[in-house]
Formats: sequence, structure tokens, C-alpha cells
Amino acid sequence: MLEQVWVIPLVPAISFFLILFVGKHLPRKGAEIGVVAVGASLVLSLVTAAQWIHRTNEARDAVDGGGHAAGFLGAVLAGAEYAVVEPVVRTVTWWQSGGEVIEAGTLLDGLSAMMIVVVTLVSFLVHLYSVSYMEGDRRFTHFFAALSLFTASMLLLVLSNNLLQLLVGWELVGLCSFMLIGHWWEEKPNSDAALKAFLTTRTGDIGLLVGIAVIFFGAGRTFDILEINQAALGGGVSDLVLLVAASCLLLGVIGKSGQFPLHTWLPDAMAGPTPVSALIHAATMVVAGVFLVARLYPVFWEGFDIAAGGLNPMALVGGITVVIAAVLAFVQNDIKKVLAYSTISQLGYMVMGLGVGAWVAAVFHLFTHAFFKALLFLGSGSVSHAVHSFDMKSDMGGLREHMPHTYRTFLIGSLALAGIFPLAGFWSKDEILLGAGANGYEAFMVVGLIGGALTAAYMTRCVYLTFFGEYRGHGHPHESPALITGPLWVLAGLAVVAGFLNAVPFGIHLFTDWVEPTFAFPPVAHPEFSVPLAVVATLLALAGIGAGAGYYFRNLGPHGLTERNVWARRGHTLLWNRYYLDHLYTGVIVGSIKGPVARAANWVNQRVIDGVVNAAGVGSRQAGQWVYDKIDQRVVDGIVNGSATGAGETGGFLRRMQTGRVQNYGALLFGATAVLGLTLVILI
Amino acid sequence: MLLNQFLILAAVLFCIGVYGVLARRNGVLVLMSIELILNAVIINLIAFGAMLGGESAVVASVFALFVIAVAAAEVGVGLAIVLMLYRNRQSIDVSDVDLMRG
Repeated sequence: MLEQVWVIPLVPAISFFLILFVGKHLPRKGAEIGVVAVGASLVLSLVTAAQWIHRTNEARDAVDGGGHAAGFLGAVLAGAEYAVVEPVVRTVTWWQSGGEVIEAGTLLDGLSAMMIVVVTLVSFLVHLYSVSYMEGDRRFTHFFAALSLFTASMLLLVLSNNLLQLLVGWELVGLCSFMLIGHWWEEKPNSDAALKAFLTTRTGDIGLLVGIAVIFFGAGRTFDILEINQAALGGGVSDLVLLVAASCLLLGVIGKSGQFPLHTWLPDAMAGPTPVSALIHAATMVVAGVFLVARLYPVFWEGFDIAAGGLNPMALVGGITVVIAAVLAFVQNDIKKVLAYSTISQLGYMVMGLGVGAWVAAVFHLFTHAFFKALLFLGSGSVSHAVHSFDMKSDMGGLREHMPHTYRTFLIGSLALAGIFPLAGFWSKDEILLGAGANGYEAFMVVGLIGGALTAAYMTRCVYLTFFGEYRGHGHPHESPALITGPLWVLAGLAVVAGFLNAVPFGIHLFTDWVEPTFAFPPVAHPEFSVPLAVVATLLALAGIGAGAGYYFRNLGPHGLTERNVWARRGHTLLWNRYYLDHLYTGVIVGSIKGPVARAANWVNQRVIDGVVNAAGVGSRQAGQWVYDKIDQRVVDGIVNGSATGAGETGGFLRRMQTGRVQNYGALLFGATAVLGLTLVILI
Repeated sequence: MLLNQFLILAAVLFCIGVYGVLARRNGVLVLMSIELILNAVIINLIAFGAMLGGESAVVASVFALFVIAVAAAEVGVGLAIVLMLYRNRQSIDVSDVDLMRG
């Protein structure tokens, strides 16, 4: 199976075409094809993952039994002391051009095995959920087709063995997110949001393209990921090239993974149907950027010199994103937007984790975050299904009695997100903080702790506004059907147990064993579990929850501060306008470019193009006038009129001879005959 | 010379005839003037025939007879026209008959 992983993206890709062409004629309008295809992919992914785990265990047993596996090249390169599990690569020639052989293929290692399981699992649950959630939608069939393609593209991306194929998957994911965010494109804001998502990520993609090109030439004309990683680690590529490549690639990551300052598209992407939001935020699309960093980690490791500690661009971007997005989540009234900013913040954790050298922790956070964020989004979808709105302040409140399943699962997801022991978020977030502290990035550890407290507080606010207090909406909310609550409970279960895959203090580090690459991988540190840090992190999270609870449940603290204090009001306005970043982009940047360009274009249009056109018009008009005056009027009409006048005048002259009198005719006849006769006589 | 006298007579007759055709307004007189012209021609034919003698004199005489016959027919038609003219217009003035004026 490890050699045949290409089947996994192929199944949903085929499903996409099947749904598109025959879906409408099926009893469930194509949904069954999507569910079955992604289900099949899930089973295949689980089998693949199981075989990969078996492979790692075998390799490890061999090392434990027979000493060090010194014969492996990768072990020497990475300086690893443990077993090297070689990734399974399978390639075919894609095309050849001028001696350059471009290959397509699959690369299966721990990272991609983990990713395909996450993608297919979340996607499968989202498919199941959508069957009920999207029932009766105007483009139900197309929705499932796009979901299938979305899944297939993401699987293609994570299984790529070269950057070119990865780029194809990357762009396909962007295309699918565009289609799905704009699913209800009849409303202008939805199509605007889809366009914004597409264009913003495209801004970052410029960096990705340049970065891939730089790496291609820097690493010796190859797109192969493993070769690039080896070249980056082996010192064959200059530091400057790696720095440029890493910076360009980071720009792509910033666009795709919603990092500051290109995060603005993610909250707007909430315009799409809720299952899509869950899929985008949990498994596909946004984690593609994090995946790219994890995949090409040696390039970033060497390019940004992550081992040195202190400060580097990637950690800085992640750290800023963690805090600013968490703060923004406080002023949102739309439940999905709270979750969107939460996703941005959590992605910031992942990027920051990768930036500080905590590779396993960041990837582990990607893994656990996928479950509880999918859970939270699907939960918010379940709520909106009941109250037909996303506005927490005007249409929700007190829903815990009406929707017990949704309430419990949402609470589990929130606690997991807040990082409460022993749920999934606690383990992964704690490891990131631990890595930041151990690798010499103490400042980012503090940022992470603050972010954790903020996360706990805004999720408390979100849960309070949604499920507690008085019901403020209209009608009678009801619990969603089993097809919606089922996936919620599955994800809730995963959100509880997923963290134990890497519960270091209990001596469990399965995730590290299975996922961390041992081939062409930089020597990342594995810090020991720190009880004081975990306690501080948990206490801060609890403090966040306590502050939120005190403010909302007990009505403590300075309510109405924004009405009384001018600075608080200004701060609120700043947050309400999202730091004016959207204004900066659309108003200042786009406006300033648009203005002069438009004016220049206008000038060129008015002066040059219109001048030429007008000159041509005037010239041809004058030429026409001349031809009309001189040739048509004088020559042509002259000939015509002249012949007519001549004929008329001749006729006028001749008609006088036609007197009608026989004697005149006779006289003429006689005269003429006499003249002729005379002529005859004279001539002869 | 004998021939010249005939030719002069014919020329005088012809000129009187032409004058009558061109100047007279009475339709009947116009027809009579035409007869004069024709007779002038006949005199010429006979005169030249007599001068040449032999077979030419016979041919000239036959020709003259034909002309007399045709002149008779012509006068018949002409008089019929004049008669119809008189019936329609109570006039035989040829200068009144100018329907073909351009």
C-alpha cells in the first residue's frame, strides 16, 4: 500500500467528475458518491498509516536489536542516533523538456501519512454532516463535487514528492476554496469574499512561485523535495540562496495560512457554507502553508538559522498573528468569525512553533487543532441550523437546554482549544511553548502564554453568548439530526484523546516516533517535559476562563467601559475595524495604486488614444468632405448633370423644329435634298 | 436643243409644284401641287427616254405609266385624308393639322 498511495487522491478526483456528470440523476443528488469516495480514501489512508507505523516499528526494532543502522545515508546526514525510516517514494516521468526531466510522484513519510489521515477523516465527517446540513440547497450536487475536488487537491498536495506537483495541488486547493466560499454567489458579499480569499492568497503565491524557482536553481536544478532537503542540510547551497528561498516561501505561507498581515481573507471566508469553513480551517487550505514549512523544514531551518535562537521572521510572524488574532476574536458577534480569528491565532501557534524549532509540536498542533476546530465549526453550523443565524448577540443565548448534544461537544471543543488538561489542545500547545523556551526563544514562549490566556477568555465569551443566558432569537431552536450530531461526537472524542498520542510526561511519544522524519531532517531538539511550564500555562488558561466567566456569568468587572473611557472606546474602534488592515489594503494600497494608474490610463486614453482616434476621425472626415466636394459634386455630378442638361438643351433646341406642320417638314426635306443635290453636283 | 426645252418646262412645273406644296394652305391645292411635281418628273422621264431612243424610250414610257398610276393612287389616299380632315375639323387648312408639334 505504501507504494500505491497515489490511489488515495485519485478516488475523490474521480468522484468529482462522477458527481459533476451523473450526480444530478442519482437519488441523493450525488452526495452518496462523495461520501463513499472519501470514505474509501479514509480507509486507504488508515491502512497506509498503519503500514507506515508498522514500518517505523520494524526499523526501530532492528536498531534496538542490531545496534546502530550506520549504513543509512540519512542517519549520517541528520546525525540521528535512532533508526532511520526511509520515506517511500514512487515517481513517474511527468514530462521532459530540454534534458530536464520533470517527475510526478508520491512521497510517503510520517508527515504525509499523518496528513492524509487528518484530511480524509475530517473531510469524511464533513461530507456526512453536509448531507444533512446542505439538504435542499440550490447547488447541492455542485457543492459535493467541489468538496470532492477539494479533498483530492489537498491529498495531492500532501503526497507530492516534488514542489511542482505541490504547487499544482496548492493552486487547486485555492481554486476549490474560491468555489466553495462563493458557493452562494448570488449575494454580492459572498462573491466578494471568495474573490478576496483568492486574490489575497494569490498575493502570497507570488512568493511561493519565486521561492520554488530560487530553490530549483539553488539546489541544483531539482524540484524533488527530498533532494532539496538534503542539499539544504548538506551545505551545498549558499546561505543567501536559502534565506531568499525561505523568505519567499514564507510569503506564500503567510498568504495561504492566514498569517499577519495577509490574514484578512480568512474571516471573510466565513461567507461560505459552514461545512466548508470547517474543512478549510481544519484539514485543507490553511494548513497547506504550515504543511509546506514542515515539508521543506531544512530550507527554513538553514535559511532562517532557526537553531541560533532569539528571533527570526517566521517566529515573529507567527507570534504577532497569535496575539492580534486572539484580541480581534473578542469583538466579533458572529460565532463563525470568532472561530475564524481563533483559527488564525492557532495557525500563528503552528508557524511560531516551526519558527522556534519545535517541529513535532507544531505538526502535532496541526493534528489536534484539525479535530477540535472542525468540531467547533460543525458545532456552530449545528447552532445556526437551529436558529438560522450566526449572530451570537441577537439570535443566540440559552441554547444549552435546547441543543444538549451540540452544547456538550462545543464545550469539549472549546476546552480543547483553550488548552485545558487533559484535552488535545493542552498537549500540543504546551509542547510549542516548551520548544520555544528550550530553543532560546523565551519571548515567544511568553507570547504563547498570553495567547493561551486570551484564547481561553474569548472562547468563554463565545460559549456564554451562545449557550447561556436568555434565548434572544425567534422561533423554537431544536437539536440537529443525528447526521449532524454524529460527526460532532466523533470529533469530540478525537479532541479528547488525540493529545495522548504525544503525552510526553506519561512516556508516550508515539506521534514523534511515527511522524517525525528521520531522513534529511535537521537535528531538532526534543525538550523534556516541564511541569512548572505546564502548570503556568494551565493556570493562565484557567485565569482566562475565569476572567471571561466573571465578566459574563457573574457580571463582574468594568462593564460599559467603552462608553465611559475614551481610550477603551478607541481601542474597541480599532479592533472593530480590524486594525484598519482592510482599509489599508483596499483604501490605501489599492487606492493609491488604482488612483495614479487610473489617472495615467485616463491621460493616455484621453490624450494619446483619443487623439489618434480623433485625428483619424477628423482626417477621414475631411478627406471624405474633399472627395464629396471635389470629386462627387464636381466630377461625377458634373458629368451626370452635364449630360442631362446637354440632352435637355439639345431637346429644347430640336423640339422647335417639330412644328407638326407638314409643310415645314416638306420645306426641310426639300431644302436638305437641295443642299445634298448641290453638294453632289459640286463634288462630282 | 429640243431636250432643253422639255427640261426647262419640267423644272418650271417642278418649282411651281414645290411652291404649291410648301406655301399653299389648302389641302386640295397641296395635293394638286404634288401632281405638278410628279408630272414634271414624268416629263423628264419621257424627254430623256426620247433622247436616248430605242429600248430606253419604251422603258421610260412604262416608268411614266407606273408613276401616273401611283400618282392616281396617291391622290386617292390624299383626298380621302382631306375628306376625313374636313369632317372632323370643318377645315382643310393643312397648317391647322399640327398635332405632332413637339
